[in-house]
Amino acid sequence: MKAMVHVMLKQGVLDPQGEAVRSALGSLGFDDVENVRQGKYLEIELAETDRERAEARVREMCEKLLANTVIESYSVEIG
Amino acid sequence: MRAGVIVFPGSNCDRDLAEALRAAGADVTMVWHKDSSLPEGLDVVAVPGGFSFGDYLRCGAIAARSPVSSALVDHAKKGGYVIGICNGFQILTETGLLPGALMRNAGLKFVCRSADLEVVTSDSVFTGGYQAGQVVSYPVAHHDGNYVADQALVAHLEAEDRVAFRYVDNPNGSVGDIAGILSENRRVLGLMPHPERAVDSLQGSSDGAPMFAALSALLENA
Repeated sequence: MKAMVHVMLKQGVLDPQGEAVRSALGSLGFDDVENVRQGKYLEIELAETDRERAEARVREMCEKLLANTVIESYSVEIG
Repeated sequence: MRAGVIVFPGSNCDRDLAEALRAAGADVTMVWHKDSSLPEGLDVVAVPGGFSFGDYLRCGAIAARSPVSSALVDHAKKGGYVIGICNGFQILTETGLLPGALMRNAGLKFVCRSADLEVVTSDSVFTGGYQAGQVVSYPVAHHDGNYVADQALVAHLEAEDRVAFRYVDNPNGSVGDIAGILSENRRVLGLMPHPERAVDSLQGSSDGAPMFAALSALLENA
């Protein structure tokens, strides 16, 4: 089973990299860009075949390692 | 004083830190990250700067989950002393021993220069060799030193006198100009600037020497 995990900075945490990307897009003429947030995307292959158990397992991984929940939030999708 | 310096793949301040501790009279043992226990009888465990595990995932994230880090957390929870410098500070926040997080510098650039710091409290074994309010100069060298904490946490740290150092001229966007903080029991210090790179006038500043001298003196008498 494959899990797709997005890790993003929480709303309210300033994202200097996203801001730099927004600024660079602006200088390329994409001046309609209002905001950019940069995050991480991970694909995880699992031996587990049960969707619910797979999702619970990946959420545990997010809590323990993949996201720093002080500053980041995450979402898990099982494919 | 018996000190252990943890070495991760990618640590690069480990030997400087060991030298600074030795110069203050410590008996220093280097501890490999795969060791699941610390040598017996350590007074202080030092977590050095560098780029442990290539800063993969997040700075300090992988190091904080390596076997030796469980032993480090146990040492701290039993009241042991711990100092984490630069990447070591990032690792301590990732283990949860210190609150908050360190993220990319607000200016996005790697900052490598001397920084003036205010010693905010002299109430710890690490800062007991300074006067509160004294300004010292340590080098900073980091890309991810922007200390992030919510307002409630910052107020809590300030109320408990746990901000150890503040930048005089904030180089990285850290909230409240915070450069270093103490744990609740004041025995764990994390800071981004490098006192171990300022222990001899040949290094341009010896302002870091009193930290190691005070640590050594207080722990010898403990």
